[in-house]
Amino acid sequence: MDNREVLVDIKNLRTFFYTEDGVVPAVDGIDLSIHRGEVVGLVGESGCGKSVTALSIMRLIPNPPGKIIGGEIFFHGKDLLKKNEEEMRMIRGDKISMIFQEPMTSLNPVYTVGDQISEAITLHQKIDDVEAKRRTVEMLHLVGIPEPERRYSQYPHEMSGGMRQRVMIAMALSSNPELLISDEATTALDVTIQAQILDLMRGLQKKLGMAILIITHNLAVVAEMAETIAIAYAGKIVENASAKEIFKSPRHPYTYGLLASIPKFTEKKTNEPLPAIEGMVPSPYHMPKGCRFNPRCPFATEKCREEEPEILELTPGHLVRCFHPIES
Amino acid sequence: MATRLVEVQNLKKWFPIKGGVFGATIASVKAVDEVSFFINQGETLSLVGESGSGKTTTGRTMLKLLQPTGGKIIYKGKDITNLTPNQMRPLRRNMQIMFQDPYGSLNPRMPVGDIIQEPLDVHSIGTRKERRQAVATMMETVGLRPEYEKRYPHEFSGGQRQRIGVARALVINPELLVLDEPISALDVSIQSQIINLLQELQQRLDLTYLFIAHDLAVVRHMSDRVAVMYLGKIVETAENDELFDHPLHPYTQALLSAVPVPDPEVKRERIILQGDVPSPVNPPSGCHFRTRCPYAMPICKEQEPLVIEVAPGHTAACHLLTKK
Repeated sequence: MDNREVLVDIKNLRTFFYTEDGVVPAVDGIDLSIHRGEVVGLVGESGCGKSVTALSIMRLIPNPPGKIIGGEIFFHGKDLLKKNEEEMRMIRGDKISMIFQEPMTSLNPVYTVGDQISEAITLHQKIDDVEAKRRTVEMLHLVGIPEPERRYSQYPHEMSGGMRQRVMIAMALSSNPELLISDEATTALDVTIQAQILDLMRGLQKKLGMAILIITHNLAVVAEMAETIAIAYAGKIVENASAKEIFKSPRHPYTYGLLASIPKFTEKKTNEPLPAIEGMVPSPYHMPKGCRFNPRCPFATEKCREEEPEILELTPGHLVRCFHPIES
Repeated sequence: MATRLVEVQNLKKWFPIKGGVFGATIASVKAVDEVSFFINQGETLSLVGESGSGKTTTGRTMLKLLQPTGGKIIYKGKDITNLTPNQMRPLRRNMQIMFQDPYGSLNPRMPVGDIIQEPLDVHSIGTRKERRQAVATMMETVGLRPEYEKRYPHEFSGGQRQRIGVARALVINPELLVLDEPISALDVSIQSQIINLLQELQQRLDLTYLFIAHDLAVVRHMSDRVAVMYLGKIVETAENDELFDHPLHPYTQALLSAVPVPDPEVKRERIILQGDVPSPVNPPSGCHFRTRCPYAMPICKEQEPLVIEVAPGHTAACHLLTKK
């Protein structure tokens, strides 16, 4: 069991979007806890609510149309959802930082990267510009940017995608956060650059000891990075366990199907079809009754079509939301 | 002995960069630079590489959707490099392409039945009734309900749109299909459905694929042979298992080692390449890879390595291999 202090504890989070076409229950019952210094992976396909969960933690849900309608997000035991905007601003980008998929759109094109990082630093720390610049160069150096003094005065467009993502990481870590949220931060990068960035994140995590919430659709990325993995489907966590458990004995039919369906890089070519999951992710406007995975589930019964399963701890530390979990 | 369906020899595609007052060509982007490969009837050759390596341009130039700057394209023994668009038209029936973006590649104002039928109209194949029938059959083949033919692309999900793309490409019965990142934009659980569909259709219709991709796990699953591109050049070509089990070029080795594996208990030796891919406008002298290569030697700067056959069917271009 994990003896480390619980840093973030999300309980039954519900974030809905009220659109002209109807209500989208983007996040509808997400439970997740992150310990101090832990690397947690939140995995799911598009529309499963993983990014909305991240934005809910940051309290950055655009309102309207979005609204956090229920649940609690405890950070150091205090509910972030009860904080006012002023208090939230002190936490955001300071205690909790976030990096996104698109470093180009997250950086301001008309300021140098150095100025942008310095601004982030002076916003949260009472230091003068000279000291801020020194800290910035130090951060650029830390994230492996060569010639940090020269890079300080460059604009985002003068950098490659991998370099920009390093700048984003430098900015996010400049305040020494306790939690770093990485939302598909390596998805847009080439595989050799992705390897560089993942390697950097792993190294910085060891060195600085912050907790990381890695949000991705890529199971291989979390397999390499995360200690604990939560699998989301249609706005709910369907399975949550240690990375080892998830990959060795997945208990939810969705997790099981997902793992079986991805081609294995280390296996020789066969002409056998991949065991695909039939059907598609449900439309957020028409969520199926009962278990949300039931229309695609090979084990679905009448009960699954009628009732919604609760998430239960089947073995210590292994939580599954299913009436008919797969035998381990 | 397998028959060669298509072969390209020293294919080049340079894009001019215009500048100055008179708009003279001041430099070229050497997107594809002296690339050679062949594809046998009924097989899948995968072209892998990172963004900017020239794999998409290679696929399009091979189909003559872009006019090559140099080199030769041989289709079924016939040199098609300098055919005019009119001369190409009858051949186009045999070669089709399917794109990555299931949103951008379908006309949003056309019902999908018409989208799938368009190639038949362009090539004046069959009567009106026969075309309608062919569309219905094709929709069924790719797993779409034929009664959806009146619907518009926005009514379909990403995976279904890729099925529409497959149907449109296959409705005129081509021999060769260029698949340009056909699954990268899809969700994980949908990717395997499209992979299965492509493989099933290949066997059923005896199709030849040029599969352009960056996801190496999918490449391993799909390909008969694999060619690795870096900065406009093919650095290594081999049979699937041979390439993945015995990569020879330092770039291939690094690329394969960088792929994350979905198994937390596998700890792999990783070669982390330093730096970024250089600009194709001004590639490094000698071997293009030398600036990031952990084994770079003085000769790599001076001479471009030749493509040599290391084992039957396994070719690579690296000075390390010629030194021995």
